[in-house]
Amino acid sequence: MSVVLKAENIRKKFYQPSEFEVLKGLNFEVNTGEFFSIVGKSGCGKSTLLYILSTMDTDYEGTLTIKGDKLTGQKQNALSAFRNEHLGFVFQFHFLLPEFSALKNVMLPALKLGKYSEEEIEHRAIEKLKLVGMDEYALKGASRLSGGQQQRVAIARALINDPAIIMGDEPTGNLDKANSMNVFEIFKRLAAENHQTIIAVTHDPDFAAGSDRIMEMEDGRILSISKAGAIPAH
Amino acid sequence: MNWKLAFNIAATHLLTKKKQSIVAMLGVTFGISMFIIMISFMTGVNQFTEDMAMDNTPHIHIYKPLEIEDKKIIALNREQKGTNWYVVQHQRPKNELSKIKNGLALMESIEAMPGVRGVAPQLSTQVFYNNGPVKIPGNVYGIDVKRQAELFDLDKKMDMGSLDELLKASDVIVMGKGLAEKMNVTLGDRVSVTTPEGGNLNLKVVGIFSFGIAAMDQTQSYATLATVQKILQKDPSYITDLNVKMNDVTKAADLRADLENRISGVKIEDWEEANQSLLAGEQIRNIMTFVVCLTLLVVAGFGIYNIMNMNIINKMKDIAILKATGFQGSDVTGIFMLQSVMIGIAGGLLGLGIGFFFSYLLSITPFPAGEFFRIDTFPVNFNPAHYLIGLFFGFLTTLFAGWFPSRKAAKIDPVAIIRG
Ligand SMILES: Nc1ncnc2c1ncn2[C@@H]1O[C@H](COP(=O)(O)OP(=O)(O)OP(=O)(O)O)[C@@H](O)[C@H]1O
Ligand SMILES: [Mg+2]
Repeated sequence: MSVVLKAENIRKKFYQPSEFEVLKGLNFEVNTGEFFSIVGKSGCGKSTLLYILSTMDTDYEGTLTIKGDKLTGQKQNALSAFRNEHLGFVFQFHFLLPEFSALKNVMLPALKLGKYSEEEIEHRAIEKLKLVGMDEYALKGASRLSGGQQQRVAIARALINDPAIIMGDEPTGNLDKANSMNVFEIFKRLAAENHQTIIAVTHDPDFAAGSDRIMEMEDGRILSISKAGAIPAH
Repeated sequence: MNWKLAFNIAATHLLTKKKQSIVAMLGVTFGISMFIIMISFMTGVNQFTEDMAMDNTPHIHIYKPLEIEDKKIIALNREQKGTNWYVVQHQRPKNELSKIKNGLALMESIEAMPGVRGVAPQLSTQVFYNNGPVKIPGNVYGIDVKRQAELFDLDKKMDMGSLDELLKASDVIVMGKGLAEKMNVTLGDRVSVTTPEGGNLNLKVVGIFSFGIAAMDQTQSYATLATVQKILQKDPSYITDLNVKMNDVTKAADLRADLENRISGVKIEDWEEANQSLLAGEQIRNIMTFVVCLTLLVVAGFGIYNIMNMNIINKMKDIAILKATGFQGSDVTGIFMLQSVMIGIAGGLLGLGIGFFFSYLLSITPFPAGEFFRIDTFPVNFNPAHYLIGLFFGFLTTLFAGWFPSRKAAKIDPVAIIRG
């Protein structure tokens, strides 16, 4: 099994309002095609870690390597291009461009990548929307969708460029049980069939229990990394 | 950078915020339309005054100046003894003729030079127009009728009678409208003119002209060269001025320099020298016009700057998402610059249209100029270059106004926004 993401001694400090170390030297690896979940108490630094892994936050110490590329210290433009092609995100809060339709929101990262023609991109976008059960809302304005619907469109958008890693910050946080299950199944399948890697922060014990490995954090440190099922699901 | 995509996003942003886009656009529209109206009118006025002056102004004027010798000379009729010399200080000018030597031959040789449209000979003299006991001072110009008509459009300035009448009879004259009114004469009446030297002639008025310049219309009259030579009792080769018109007025200074090397004993002046005050006035008007217009555009620019800034603050979240999904800083700059430029172009074109419309209205509005000005409506200059300049500056303002907010947008840190 090959390593797709490697984090070495990741440290991060905030200086406002007072100096305070959120991440205190994290070391871990994630494998290709793995469904990796991160759990921990609120405020322990999960989101902060995920922003660093996503290459958006470059203000940290330590080394981040994804797909063999050392990303630490690279220029913003290079990181943007890398994100566009290899990473997909689902944020803790649903984030869509309100002026555009659901379909257009999904298409935008692919139009930016420019790998396929516009027709192909549209076709692929509808496929991704089908996957999350949102194809019938494709042409609806993003601002007119419910929170859960927006979350699902955001997941479709994360998938559009077939990224190597899909990162989610509580991707099912806004969804009901049925839709949560649905998203969980999609992630499972992406990992198993497409060998795409899933890294998801979650508060949902069932979601974590169903993943391949669980990393538990506490106060900016890794408490444990274990095969799923080691944490009792409530 | 994918311009099509950037354009697509920019257009969507503008269309979803129609009101705000229109307000920003109207700022530019107002600036540009005012620019067009002002500059069309101001240059129209300049053109009008310049034309009025230039019609009557030779591009190069050749005449014999009064020569004042400032050398001290020794008095001849005094005996010079030892170191006591008798010297004449500040001598008076000689009684020299103001005749240009070989004037008519000179005229023909200048006319043959490249770039010269034509040369009109002239014989001018001061006279008194006698109206009963009253003497009205003025000038009579002897002209070559055909050349004067062709080069100075004198035939088009005739209010009554015609210039050709000068050729049909002898001892006839055409006079300025103001002068004719002062003398209370009209076509067919006779006037008597007296030169300072005492020459006198009775002339019949066969035409009345008006240039629209009071100073000229109230003092001048024209007759043939022969008639004026007769008044002055001079020979048929006697002329005092040569007035040169060029094909291209800007070449006048060059030709003047050339002529100065060839001809001696005469003063050669080009129109810029002769009309410095007119040109200075025009320059000041032009500068003022541009300052006012640029101010308008800058104000419009600030409007766009504000609106773009607000726009970007409202769109922080969108910018963060775009950057998170792989759009680069330059893409974001492009998206917002395009919005600014689209506002600029749309507002600019609309401004040109409105500017044209109002300048047109102005150009057909009657102008209460009084009887002296040969003008019926406001003078407006429809110069395509002004429209290009307007569009260019409008475009430039929006580029500047859009640049700083767009750069700011590009520097937004997505994490800070997404973290919430
Ligand atoms: N911009 C910031 N400046 C200063 N402190 C911050 C900033 N962002 C987060 N923190 C702090 O860093 C710590 C970790 O925050 P983080 O958002 O990573 O927590 P989390 O594990 O994702 O929590 P949750 O489960 O509630 O989403 C918190 O104590 C938070 O107050
Ligand atoms: Mg969080």
